[in-house]
Amino acid sequence: MSLAEFLAMGGYGIYVWPSLGLVVFALVWNVLAARRLHATARAEALRRLAAGGRP
Amino acid sequence: MPRTPASAMLLMYRRDLVLAFRHWDQIAQPVVFFAMVTTLFPLAISPELGQLRELAGGILWVAALLAALLGLEFLFRADHADGTLEQMMISGQPLALLAIAKGAAHWTACGLPLVLASPLLAISLGVPGAALCTVVVSLALGTGILSALGAIGAALTLGLRRGSVLLSLLVLPLAMPALIFGARAIDMAIHDEQATGPLLLLAAMLVLAVTLAPLAIAAALRISAE
Amino acid sequence: MNWTWLHKFASPPHAYRLAGRLAPWFGWPAFVLIVVGLYGGFVLAPPDYQQGEGFRILYVHAPSAWMSMFVYATMSVAAAIGLVWRIKLAHAVAAASAPIGAWFTFAALATGSLWGKPMWGTWWVWDARLTSELILLFLYLGYMALRASIDDRDRADRASAVLALVGVVNLPIIHYSVYWWNTLHQGATISKIGKPSITGDMLWPLLTMLLAFTLYYGAVMLVRLRAEILRRERDASWLREELKP
Repeated sequence: MSLAEFLAMGGYGIYVWPSLGLVVFALVWNVLAARRLHATARAEALRRLAAGGRP
Repeated sequence: MPRTPASAMLLMYRRDLVLAFRHWDQIAQPVVFFAMVTTLFPLAISPELGQLRELAGGILWVAALLAALLGLEFLFRADHADGTLEQMMISGQPLALLAIAKGAAHWTACGLPLVLASPLLAISLGVPGAALCTVVVSLALGTGILSALGAIGAALTLGLRRGSVLLSLLVLPLAMPALIFGARAIDMAIHDEQATGPLLLLAAMLVLAVTLAPLAIAAALRISAE
Repeated sequence: MNWTWLHKFASPPHAYRLAGRLAPWFGWPAFVLIVVGLYGGFVLAPPDYQQGEGFRILYVHAPSAWMSMFVYATMSVAAAIGLVWRIKLAHAVAAASAPIGAWFTFAALATGSLWGKPMWGTWWVWDARLTSELILLFLYLGYMALRASIDDRDRADRASAVLALVGVVNLPIIHYSVYWWNTLHQGATISKIGKPSITGDMLWPLLTMLLAFTLYYGAVMLVRLRAEILRRERDASWLREELKP
């Protein structure tokens, strides 16, 4: 099967690829968001520790 | 001498009713809202009774649902504000039973007026006379379910700013099953079919709600009021 | 029964460190399995007899839908544990899980819609499954909205826990009602999202994706959990040690 045929997905390409894209986006986003959340929480906690000893 | 739970419940019920009936406008508002929302649909869709009749079950139920939501915010608010709620919690009476009593009073003051107004509004939507009985029963059971589920929402959102919008968001998904069967019952009656199936399901939902909701309400009240 | 082991495990420093050590063990296998599953589903699996290549959306739609329900169930169990045993960590797990579950639900709805368009001709259809997913999304959003509206963390934990439990009790009722409602109007839609008859070649990528998504949820939840623990922690001593590199 050629690349063009693969991308066309028998005519369903415009539905299949956006679906995949959407889910991959959701998966990547959640990972990045979780890591960002953790980093922010870490920075906050460090800041509170430095500022007053009590978090 | 400590009261029995039953007499405490009765006392609570009567007290709430007396308080509710002191403010006639608060009882009237949901009914007027119900009437107005029902009027919106002919204006938005068509004055033709044939068309409205097909939608009547859904229109009446949606309007009643929204009107019932309106009154829920005030279910615990006054008692929370003046400390009565705390007294209820330390009274030694089971909080869940007191919650049932409050819910019943709330239904009497808010839900029942909607039920009583429904035949008139149903006629305005072209519902045939023979179906009116089903309309009343469907909405009576439905508003009961709404009072129970709504009380959970009211207890959870007690004292929060923008609490009423949040309350609606929380309660509406829970109310959808009742909506499905309630509207369907009216629809069947309009088309001359026996609506006993959906009505029995509604009744079952009401029994389930009245049995389980008070536990959630009591838990939520303790969480919110501490 | 002696529950001290549970309480010790649930202590924040232990949980924080354990979560940190476990997360990669969930995350990397998840990544590999997703790649393998997608390759199996999009390249290796033969086209469906009825739906041609279009059925491949199944490989992202079904795992998303499955996870949307699995996460809600996990959230409810965590909420129950938090309420009954008063374990704060359980509430933190529930809080960490909700956004992930909501995203899965959204993904299930969107992919379901994209799948439906070529099958039924419209972008949206009040199919029983899609409608059920939509109501589940509302339940997630309500949960997150309630949490966000309450400032006091303790109250937020417990109130949203009650809400999660009320939701989980209602879920079978909602599910049944929506399916019943849908059958009333048969003929308007196919009641299932065109489930193709699955052969072995088509099955293993699906199972792989299901496992992959479950591991993925574990990994992301553990990272969010670490952030939650940090935000909640009031006792300075272990934090100081833990955070200074």
